[in-house]
Amino acid sequence: MSNRPAMVIIGAGQSGARAAHALRDNGWEGAITLLGNEGVAPYDRPPLSKAVLLGQKTTAQCALYDEAFYRDQRIDLRIDANVQQIDRAARAVVLKDGHSVGYQRLLIATGAAPRRLTVPGSTLEGVHVLRTAADALNVVDELSPGRKIAIVGAGFIGLEIAATAIARGCEVIVIEAAARALMRAVPEIVAACLVERHRQMGVDVRFAVQVDRIIGSTMKRVTGVKLSDGTSIACDCVIAGIGVKPRTELAEAAGIDVADGIAVDDTLRTNDPHIFAAGDVCSFPHRLFRRRMRLECWKNAEDHARIVARNMLDRGETYSEVPWFWSDQYDMTIQIAGMPAFGVTTAVRETSAASRIFFALDRDGVLVGASGVGQASEIARDVRIAQELIARRACIDPTLLSDRSVKLKPLLAVEAL
Amino acid sequence: MAVETNDIEWVVACAASEIAEEDVIRFDYAGASYAVYRIAEGFFASDGWCTHERAHLADGFVLAREIECPLHQGRFDIPTGKPKSPPVCVHLKTYPVRVEGGEVLLGVPAQAQAAS
Repeated sequence: MSNRPAMVIIGAGQSGARAAHALRDNGWEGAITLLGNEGVAPYDRPPLSKAVLLGQKTTAQCALYDEAFYRDQRIDLRIDANVQQIDRAARAVVLKDGHSVGYQRLLIATGAAPRRLTVPGSTLEGVHVLRTAADALNVVDELSPGRKIAIVGAGFIGLEIAATAIARGCEVIVIEAAARALMRAVPEIVAACLVERHRQMGVDVRFAVQVDRIIGSTMKRVTGVKLSDGTSIACDCVIAGIGVKPRTELAEAAGIDVADGIAVDDTLRTNDPHIFAAGDVCSFPHRLFRRRMRLECWKNAEDHARIVARNMLDRGETYSEVPWFWSDQYDMTIQIAGMPAFGVTTAVRETSAASRIFFALDRDGVLVGASGVGQASEIARDVRIAQELIARRACIDPTLLSDRSVKLKPLLAVEAL
Repeated sequence: MAVETNDIEWVVACAASEIAEEDVIRFDYAGASYAVYRIAEGFFASDGWCTHERAHLADGFVLAREIECPLHQGRFDIPTGKPKSPPVCVHLKTYPVRVEGGEVLLGVPAQAQAAS
């Protein structure tokens, strides 16, 4: 074990890799060790459910950086490192192969693990989740024209896979236990716009029904699903998009505070001053919304990485970025700024016949969220401006928000940051 | 209207007054699409389509001297086309611009037929 001052990152996903890069960008000259266990270099996950499943992009083309980058930046990337434990007393990460890596500062960016189905038949061949590049390679083989795909869960992953499978010429059924799609993420009306589009494209979307069991052939291969309403549906594979669980096990075992995710302060530092967390795994207090939250999205992983790297170098910066999320399905895009779920009233702006934005205002009339659905060209700019207004905790007259003839950008000049 | 010099031709994209301060418009010419910007440093132009996925930068958001793509919020430096923020990582092609008599002229690759 080396005694050189070192930055160690557990988790070579979006946040981990970007944080490694940001440490160098912020002038850290010492060692950086990036510990991954997926067997491949860090890659961008958003294309997995879209371009990769469409066959337009290989998983290798999703790499965040090329090999030369890690060499040039002197980042010791290990892609088969399984961590046994964090030894806080020794300030070292102990690997399962017995080696350990000492740290001056440690970043836990272990992300989240997809929840798997547990109903009878869940271990049959042809039952999948989609989280990693390896998962995508398994799923891409299932999406041949004419095959029947059962997707469990009408969240973003499930719906993106549905759109991709339709484009690949598959027959698609989406089975959702809740009464509507995207329960946690967007207002009901946004979800309804999306589901309507899926149905137009031929997806069989069913709500308030669960998979009771997965039926298999003697070949141990999926042949169908049995639903809670008694119907049986034949299908060639099952893909579960039923949420994720933050990978907090290492932190918990090391006695680091966990509250849903790894609990950090507003500088992304845990209760151990040498240890930080970032990305999907971390639960952080948000200054704007005055509550603790955990976000599972690309932008948050990026933004956290940038700030946490600086704070690992003791800059003490507060994280207060406005959450922003997108999903691309068919020719539609969904963009969400802020936290629509924190709103109590809604103002709707129809930016065109097929595109609209829903603004969410809290009890005090403060804009807290905006969800746009439709063409990117019709919604992106206004959602972007809303993102700025949310950062300013602006109180905006809902009638201005609803009136599409009112330009939003001038409102920014009125609302000081 | 077009004036040729070597490999580029100068075409009128719009009146200078048509672009608000810190804003961008789309300009299509000879089968190509451009984004024309007005920022504190002056007028600039680039390819219209983002280098990441299919989105037009004229639908994006200008922040000081950067353009942010409307689809995934990647950013480019407007004067140089340099990628500034992920997910964009491929350089954005820029084009020379000059303002004459209140008009914004764009230096675009000369058309083969225009050379005769």
